[in-house]
Amino acid sequence: MKLHVDIEKKYGNFILKSSFTTDGERLALLGASGCGKSLTLKCIAGIEKPDRGKIVLGDRVLFDHEKKINLPARERCVGYLFQDYALFPNMTVEKNICCAASDKEYARELIKRFGLLGLEKQYPAELSGGQSQRTALARMLAAKPEVILLDEPFSALDNYMRTRMEHEILDLFEEFEGPSVLVTHDRNEAYRLADRIGVMEAGRVVELQGRQEFFDNPKTVAAARLTGCKNISRIKSEKTDTILTEDWGVSIALDNINVPSGATHVGYRAHYFSYVKDDRDMINTFRCRLCRVIEDTFSVVVCFNIEGNTNDNSDALLTWIVGKEDWDNVKIDVLSGTFALKVNPGRLMFLN
Amino acid sequence: MDFSPLWISLKIALVATAFTFMLGLFAAWGVTYLKRAKHIADGILSIPLVLPPTVVGFLLMIMFGQSSALGRFLNSIGLRMIFTWQGAVIASVVISFPVMYRGARGAIEQVDENLIFAARTLGMREFTILRRVLLPAAWPGVAAATVLSFARALGEFGATLMIAGNLPGKTRTMSIAVYTAMQGGDRELAFKWVLIIVSFSLVILITMNVLTDRGFKRRH
Repeated sequence: MKLHVDIEKKYGNFILKSSFTTDGERLALLGASGCGKSLTLKCIAGIEKPDRGKIVLGDRVLFDHEKKINLPARERCVGYLFQDYALFPNMTVEKNICCAASDKEYARELIKRFGLLGLEKQYPAELSGGQSQRTALARMLAAKPEVILLDEPFSALDNYMRTRMEHEILDLFEEFEGPSVLVTHDRNEAYRLADRIGVMEAGRVVELQGRQEFFDNPKTVAAARLTGCKNISRIKSEKTDTILTEDWGVSIALDNINVPSGATHVGYRAHYFSYVKDDRDMINTFRCRLCRVIEDTFSVVVCFNIEGNTNDNSDALLTWIVGKEDWDNVKIDVLSGTFALKVNPGRLMFLN
Repeated sequence: MDFSPLWISLKIALVATAFTFMLGLFAAWGVTYLKRAKHIADGILSIPLVLPPTVVGFLLMIMFGQSSALGRFLNSIGLRMIFTWQGAVIASVVISFPVMYRGARGAIEQVDENLIFAARTLGMREFTILRRVLLPAAWPGVAAATVLSFARALGEFGATLMIAGNLPGKTRTMSIAVYTAMQGGDRELAFKWVLIIVSFSLVILITMNVLTDRGFKRRH
């Protein structure tokens, strides 16, 4: 089943212009908070009304501004998992799940499948976080939706619970074969749970591609930041074979790599720097000035400037991530204050 | 001592509260769907709260009296509103309506919006949502509003006196009995009714507090 969304909505100063199509696959909308991703879901579900545009699910038009079609939420067959699950507090688990189901047989089966046997007579206030989520998932499926929307399902959970809940969402995907849209700000979560990833920035879907391609080769600055790229600089091409990175203040030799037309920025992942002991006359090797060392659980984060760089904006500060095993070898040199790193031009990501 | 004013008061207040409950609840529910007209509708529905009861009584007299079509129609089917306890019920409903409406509206507006949205995406009809989701979630507040509007109906004086009069054994309520006893110089009788009314009101208010408190505890 195909879900096509192309909508516009004004919300105070904020303008949402969301447009994407998903064909029976799992789509994740990734974006910082306030980028309009939840609002997009609410428009699809019929909770909010867009100002303009169209929403089509399969062969049913859910919303069409021009034809003045606006199906009420209850007729849309859209399943919605709320951030706080929105279980009805006055109903038991069983009633929550069965209240909207026309097929009571199926509802009973879902109670079994989501491991809720024995909890049927409990009230939501008596459930743990995991049980609440399972109840909400079963309730959503009991209404037989044609598409499901997941609104930051794990935002309120700690790390341990998050991993466990993900299994439940994966169980859900086994049970449900239609398209789904997941909204999240966590890139790893998006990668683990979705087939395709769309990046939202300031109310727009700026990039939509397969998840592997998205992480290997982001096309925009927003997407690169969301995939966790720490080092991003504006660029100016100098000669045919070098580019000037304006924020970092150095030129990088490209070694026969073509810069795509329209590229305005370059990104470089923090673990791709290589440490160089002797930096004399080496190409793409730069002397660095240490700013700060932060020890992480399995790695060390080194923040540095390139020596001689007069920029003092936030992009001038670079990040290098070293594994704990390698750290011991480079520690003395790095902590002395200056050291040399080499950039591999093949790892550069050109961004718009 | 003639206890008929107590029974008359209770009868009028109970019947009036039954009407007020339904009317106030539906008005509160309806108003939550309005957008721009909300403030105007709210003003109109709340106006009996600020009008002097005599004004309400006067307007009711005109509406239900012999000179109006409505009064003549009701009279032809055997329903007399002037100088009857049914008239006192109407006065009490009008006076206690804003109490119920405002209390219920406050309670409904405090219900987590997502519960209603969730119910809608699950395919429930609006009336089903009111019955099965909204009302149970708003219940402590709605119950408190009902008790308070019962108390208001029980204490009604001005509008009732104007439309239903002061007929002993028929329309003389407790609050009117206090007034009549004072007018007749029977301070002792007036004092007895005052004591009864004060203790009644106190019981009602305590009941209301217990209701709201219990609802609060159940949710947390």
